[in-house]
Amino acid sequence: MRETFVNTTITLLDEDPRTAVVLADISADAFAAAHRRHPDRVLNVGIREQLMTGVAGGLALTGLRPYVHSYAPFLIDRAYEQIKLDLGHQDAGAVLVSIGASYDASAEGYTHQSPGDVGLLDTLEGWTVHVPGHPDEVPPLLRDAARNDDRIYVRLSSQHNTRAYERTGRLQVLRRGWAGAPVVLAVGPMLDPVLAATRELDVTVAYTMTPRPLDGAGLRELVSREVIVVEPYLAGTSSRLVAAALSDVPHRELHLGVGRAEQRRYGTPADHARWHGLDPAGLRASITGFLDRPAA
Amino acid sequence: MTATAVKPNLLGTLLTRLTGDEKHAPSAFSTLDVLWVLYDRILRVHPETADEPDRDRFLLSKGHGPAAYYAVLAAKGFIPVAWLDDLGGPESRLGHHPDRVLIPGVEIGTGSLGHGLGLAAGTALGLRAQGYDARTFVLLGDAELDEGSNHEAIAYAAAARLDKLTAIVIDNQSSTHGWPGGIARRFPGWTTSVVDGRDHDAIEEALLARGEDRPHVVVAVVEPKG
Repeated sequence: MRETFVNTTITLLDEDPRTAVVLADISADAFAAAHRRHPDRVLNVGIREQLMTGVAGGLALTGLRPYVHSYAPFLIDRAYEQIKLDLGHQDAGAVLVSIGASYDASAEGYTHQSPGDVGLLDTLEGWTVHVPGHPDEVPPLLRDAARNDDRIYVRLSSQHNTRAYERTGRLQVLRRGWAGAPVVLAVGPMLDPVLAATRELDVTVAYTMTPRPLDGAGLRELVSREVIVVEPYLAGTSSRLVAAALSDVPHRELHLGVGRAEQRRYGTPADHARWHGLDPAGLRASITGFLDRPAA
Repeated sequence: MTATAVKPNLLGTLLTRLTGDEKHAPSAFSTLDVLWVLYDRILRVHPETADEPDRDRFLLSKGHGPAAYYAVLAAKGFIPVAWLDDLGGPESRLGHHPDRVLIPGVEIGTGSLGHGLGLAAGTALGLRAQGYDARTFVLLGDAELDEGSNHEAIAYAAAARLDKLTAIVIDNQSSTHGWPGGIARRFPGWTTSVVDGRDHDAIEEALLARGEDRPHVVVAVVEPKG
């Protein structure tokens, strides 16, 4: 997905004089040629993530459209107050594009992981969050972002599904169970593990690559009784929005995602998925346990 | 010669209409003369051009104690004088820290320290990228320089040769641990001026100065914070 991001953004730089890229050394080599062509719009501020976001805010205030890029923990966690004040409070827009996600950098350890990034943005107003599930889903998201001045976060990951889906702000039903069947909502790269985990279960599987704003109306149409949300970031991040969407529906919710406990283990992203119960076997165990449990 | 000496009736009257900011009053008045010189003699921006893309920008990073800022904005016609009577009120546009969304002519909303210089660097970069011959001024306090984010911006602004960026540091010696060797030394790669922050002609001369290929910092020294 990072390569797709780089290629799409370089094309935007060539096509649209409003586009600017702000980096803090991460991926600077990939933009070196673009920097030579557009030295005033490809800006590498060095390892200065607070400044990276402040510069983006200033660029936006002059009318440019900044794409800001780094590892998720540096882009979101470290620069949270700059995101809150230098963008949101100024009513300035930017496109934040992260790599690393929750545990792509599994061997690098917790310093390079950001399971809480979407939760942090959820404390702020007006952020659209895209969590693409396939590299081919990335270019339309970035191109659409060039046409407005909104505050947009694109969470890229090295984990992805086997196929891409069309971009839509609505939930997409990819497998439909019996009328009233439990609904499993998969976000971004959690789709393939969810499809594998529920292959023999009578459930409806829905997918979104844009969890913010959450398609609450779409969820309301689907859910009759049980809903299970599977997110590739902190478990329960979407619980507030799901509860609001289903406030008039007696229902049960299960929220699966990355746990809060720090693993202090390295290994591969697949290892971390397993430790967090997000591999197909872990998901199946959680989902069947939830569905087999009688409602109180 | 101070701003209140030059405009004894105007600014003095406007400031007395502002109430409820006792906590930040010393900070507010430390900036008064620099703000007046900026708006009266330097900035190419007026109420009628406040939305023009090629206007000069002034960013108040030190959002604490904005009474002087509001008084100058009112004196120059950016905001109605009547707004000064309701500082911090439930329906007021004027808070104890300024909000750009609420106040015409205000370029950034500030209050949390250490944000203005980064935004100013981005503003100067954006203006340069679009070919505008506009200057960007940002005002900070000496204690605000304690925030590490400023030093990210100081280093990068010099590296990026932002020759149309001018930082103004109001030095009322309020930094807890001070700046041994002087504040100007904290801006490597910048051109520097150190002036009496109450001397209008000296302030004007310093603000008109610019490095050929580097940003400029003006340290305006005023009486120590009481």
